[in-house]
Amino acid sequence: MTSSMLFNVTAIAYMISMIVFFAFLASKNKTVGLVGSLTAYAGLAVHTVAIGLRWKESYDMGVGHAPMSNLYESIVFFSWTIVLLFAYIDIKYKYRIIGAFVVPFALLGMTWAQLGMNTGIEPLVPALQSNWLLYHVITCFLGYAAFAVACGISIMYLIKVALEANGSTAQAGGLMSMFPPLKVLDDLNYRAIMIGFPLLTLGIITGAAWANYAWGTYWSWDPKETWSLIVWFVYAAFLHARFTRGWVGKRAAWLSVIGFAATIFCYLGVNLFLSGLHSYGGGAK
Amino acid sequence: MATTERSFVETVWDFFCSLKLTMFLLISLALTSIIGTILPQGQLPPEYVAQISPAKLQIYSKLGFFDMYHSWWFITLLYIFSLNLISCSIKRLPHVFKFVSTPTLVLAESARNSYSLRKEISVSGPIDKCKECLTAFLGAEFSTPIVTEHNGEYHLFAQKSAWSRLGVYVVHLSILVIFVGAIIGSLYGYKGYVSIVEGTSINTVEGRNGGQIPLGFEVLCEKFNVDFYATGAPKEFRSILTVLENGKPVPGLSQVKVIVNHPLTYKGITFYQSSYGQAAEGSEHYITVTPRAGGTPEKLTVSEGTAVTLKDGTVVKLLETTQEVRQFAPGFSGPAARIEVTPKGAAPQIFIVFKDFPEMNAQRGDALIFGYEGTNAKMYTGLQVAKDPGVWIVWLGCTLMVLGLFIAFFMSHKRIWLVISKGHARIYGNASKNQAAFEMQFDAIAEKFQKLKI
Repeated sequence: MTSSMLFNVTAIAYMISMIVFFAFLASKNKTVGLVGSLTAYAGLAVHTVAIGLRWKESYDMGVGHAPMSNLYESIVFFSWTIVLLFAYIDIKYKYRIIGAFVVPFALLGMTWAQLGMNTGIEPLVPALQSNWLLYHVITCFLGYAAFAVACGISIMYLIKVALEANGSTAQAGGLMSMFPPLKVLDDLNYRAIMIGFPLLTLGIITGAAWANYAWGTYWSWDPKETWSLIVWFVYAAFLHARFTRGWVGKRAAWLSVIGFAATIFCYLGVNLFLSGLHSYGGGAK
Repeated sequence: MATTERSFVETVWDFFCSLKLTMFLLISLALTSIIGTILPQGQLPPEYVAQISPAKLQIYSKLGFFDMYHSWWFITLLYIFSLNLISCSIKRLPHVFKFVSTPTLVLAESARNSYSLRKEISVSGPIDKCKECLTAFLGAEFSTPIVTEHNGEYHLFAQKSAWSRLGVYVVHLSILVIFVGAIIGSLYGYKGYVSIVEGTSINTVEGRNGGQIPLGFEVLCEKFNVDFYATGAPKEFRSILTVLENGKPVPGLSQVKVIVNHPLTYKGITFYQSSYGQAAEGSEHYITVTPRAGGTPEKLTVSEGTAVTLKDGTVVKLLETTQEVRQFAPGFSGPAARIEVTPKGAAPQIFIVFKDFPEMNAQRGDALIFGYEGTNAKMYTGLQVAKDPGVWIVWLGCTLMVLGLFIAFFMSHKRIWLVISKGHARIYGNASKNQAAFEMQFDAIAEKFQKLKI
């Protein structure tokens, strides 16, 4: 049994979970919702074992390091944190339906990782040989995952607002009965970002500390750094929007969606379209 | 006149205090920051200059787009941002201080209904005894209350984590602290670069602007090495450095290993492993030529880019060399040279000869077998050099920020009032944040409260 096989099982579990959650949306049957959650949890358990196994495999190969060193490993970890956060919200706040809008993000990540990327374990290049790697990656991705969850909740909020504004047909009303009230969605969105924002801040700070330790500059306006700051600005705006007249509700939800789009660009877009210090596996500077 | 002047000042003040300005600044900073991630910053690459129209180039550089994070307008945005932070804090802090230092000890009749968390019990004992009993109760269950007598009623007020209301201001302050640290770093620090050839030392480094900055001491590079993984990926770039004062090694700073992520610091100046290479100047390479038919090998001494003519008229030119061939020729390792051999009257051939694989060199079927015997060339190590006296202030700001965020998001100011009148006692609760979590705590206290037999 290899970690790669387990990652495939994980991806399949998330796919089933997503389909079941969609069935839950359509059927409003509570048992279906429970099956959706349980499948996601089973996937999360396999996912956890697989990450641990990959960690061990790297030691067996003699190049031991935490599995967070390249794009493939980071996206696998990102998906893991998304489902972990969903599980937390599901258990704590009992709004299971959020799974239909959050699990797809994790599925997308796992599918892309397993089908579209080189899954080989590589030794760490000198620039990544540091304990900061672990702190930096964990804080950043927990933050990103919280923003993914917030984005899913904001999409629900915006759908609900749009359908309610439409004067709404019976069918929409039926779907709406599954959604938590607008006030609750707004509150959950805020809570998710309240978790994500300090973690993103920590992620930026650990990155700066590491950069200072490795290159002697804690901030060099490298595209990755700048985009992480852009994300920080957007969510800082979100946090202030709640106290600003004219920004509460729909606009705040849009800020959350834009914030996550910026997060994804910071994470993937910068590596794919721009050049800089974060060219994973591109050798030392 | 006086009124309009004051109202103008007030207008300016209100402008800098407004949250709308905060929203505008945060969104503007986010949007404008994108420019510098798309356009090249600093020294423009010639390919970029070639492909952009001159008019665009001129407009962009006029607007400071090629060094936008230091442009006047971006810095101005940051200054207004700071002013906004300071003004907001000056405006709101006194209220918060007043709120914390002089709490509402007496809950007015009109205010009581505004609290959703409330419970009531009836009491039969004398009011003074009830007061003592409930003071002890609140002290044990929540926090020691302040007792006030008002209109024949006793008001018990208890609170927890009142200072958590300051969390958000700690975050605001931390941003200013980070700015101060960054300004100190840019005024009194510098970034530089230096390359040191093995066996030599330097006492100045090259600053960002190209000028030489004296260190006040010397740094000697004893040795430089690169290790590789079996895959050919680099494993470790290693410089062995010694710091010299007046030509003598500084105790404890002799033969120090400096690798990526393990810098060397002396007198506030830090050296970071950054790059490396082979010092080209004056170095010689050794090529051997052995006739396949047998005979004594001939040793040639050449430098990169030069050619030697053998006795039979064959011209041997050394094109380039490397001390680690793995990344160019998978499956091989060690030093190697790329040479061009032109036998008399024949076409030139270009091939690689290895130092550690003589059998590969021999496999070529020609009359002459070429080999590479290495070089007397020295390696140089490239070090980033930084002095930043402001960095500790930046870290202080970062710590404050994390602390402030934690307080602002995860702690709340919790307050409980107990109003004792003749015949009954009422309990009221309020939290500045996360009312739902406080509700559970309040309900637990209220439940015990209702079971009290007084």
